[in-house]
Amino acid sequence: MSGLWAVYLREMLILKSRIPMLVGGMSVAPFLYLVAFGFALGKDMTVAGHAYQSYLLPGLVALASMTQAFSIAGEINIARFYWKVFEEIQASPVSDAAYVGGEILAGMTRGLMAAAVVTVFGLAFGVPMNAGFFFWAGVVLNSLVFAALAVALAMVVREHSTQMMLNTFLITPMAFLGGTFFPVDRLPAWVQGILSLLPITHAATVIRAAALGEKVPALACLVLLGMGLALFLAAARLVKRARE
Amino acid sequence: MIKVRELSKSYSNTLALDRVSFSVEANELFAYLGPNGSGKTTTIRILTGLTRHSSGQASMAGLDVFSQSRLAKQQCGLVPQSVNLDRDLTVMQNLDLHGRFYGVGAKQRAKRIDELLEYVGLADRAKSLVKTLSGGMQRRVMIVRALVHEPKILFLDEPSAGLDPAVRRQIWALIKKIQKQGTTIFLTTHYIEEAEFLADRVAFLCDGKIVAIDRPEAFMSSLGKWAVDHYSDGKMESRFFAGHEEAMMDAGSGEKEFRLRRINLEDAFLQMTGKRVAP
Repeated sequence: MSGLWAVYLREMLILKSRIPMLVGGMSVAPFLYLVAFGFALGKDMTVAGHAYQSYLLPGLVALASMTQAFSIAGEINIARFYWKVFEEIQASPVSDAAYVGGEILAGMTRGLMAAAVVTVFGLAFGVPMNAGFFFWAGVVLNSLVFAALAVALAMVVREHSTQMMLNTFLITPMAFLGGTFFPVDRLPAWVQGILSLLPITHAATVIRAAALGEKVPALACLVLLGMGLALFLAAARLVKRARE
Repeated sequence: MIKVRELSKSYSNTLALDRVSFSVEANELFAYLGPNGSGKTTTIRILTGLTRHSSGQASMAGLDVFSQSRLAKQQCGLVPQSVNLDRDLTVMQNLDLHGRFYGVGAKQRAKRIDELLEYVGLADRAKSLVKTLSGGMQRRVMIVRALVHEPKILFLDEPSAGLDPAVRRQIWALIKKIQKQGTTIFLTTHYIEEAEFLADRVAFLCDGKIVAIDRPEAFMSSLGKWAVDHYSDGKMESRFFAGHEEAMMDAGSGEKEFRLRRINLEDAFLQMTGKRVAP
């Protein structure tokens, strides 16, 4: 366990050294989406029986926590390919599982921070939202899945440019199609079938239901938990393979 | 302290290490001398668990490097060739994290870090960000970082590469000091003087194979004591002599440009491998 905390502490020290820049970066996209889609385009619009701003905000929380949790992949890549700090950890007795656990926790912390930033925006703009236990549990599960996915993929890529491509082809489509901006039930059934395979669809469902005071679907929570655990195991295996 | 038997590593069609065998005694400073690409770093990377081996056996401090990997790692410290410190963190934070990676307790960690920073004259830079340090200081931080968990064996991969001669001498003095404190040191280098000055024994490595292992003085004395380099048509031919007078006579025998000098390890390496260490 000490290895896991050491890996986590390292990421937190790096995060602390860049905190103003990081919080600024976490704020820009959700702020623009909220203003442009929520207040300009979606003014006087209702979706699924709710004002569009209220519908959109939990989607933005899911989106922000997803992108920030996934961004740990970039940090791992920099540590691996540029600064070679990854080798310092690999040469130490820290186990692969402890390394993966520490990095996933760091990604989850980023995800939670991003969710907090968006929640504060919502409060500042007067958008009603129930940010209770199930809301944050949804954020934690969402962050777990995407942090674990990030660590697993960071072990597969061989250069930083590949990582950028993953962001473009994996995260960006999920950000827009996974029920963050609009209800997926407006799409054809076969598209809904595909989207139900994406973790963000389940995360947006859970976080939105909790935020709007509706019943949280237990199945979606279990799917997210299962995905998180499976990706954790995959990441631990892939760290082993990352050795030449 | 280190035992390596028939260790090999191949990357697809390239044999990077070809059935290498050697052993290093406790408290010995063992140097791996060879040109770039000869397999020096590959050996260190395998022994420290960074690279998988293809075949062979290796043990450190009585522990099997491959089946008891985590225990073996606890026994050794690694200073890689390139600076791999966290540049956005302070010197203290870098050392503290290293101690945590190796499970060193909080009190012991703090005490050890203070001692080590004092030891290398960096106590006043403990709170400095690594990126504000000079190359020589960063290298010293790398070396003391590898000592935080008090390893029995220290692996140094080209420890003075890229440093100016004055800083290089400081690093050598530090390495000698560490050895005197009882640490076994495995060092790779392509600097002749570094191997001559530091090593108790040297292994000549060429194209992934160990060509010979001996004391530096033994390698050099096998050729004599003096060398005369004769330059002609852009080529150089070296001749070796036991006595200074013979060497002087040879030097004066031709009309071409010449240089009289002491025999060094490069001469021995060239004789045995047909290649130069530093091209």
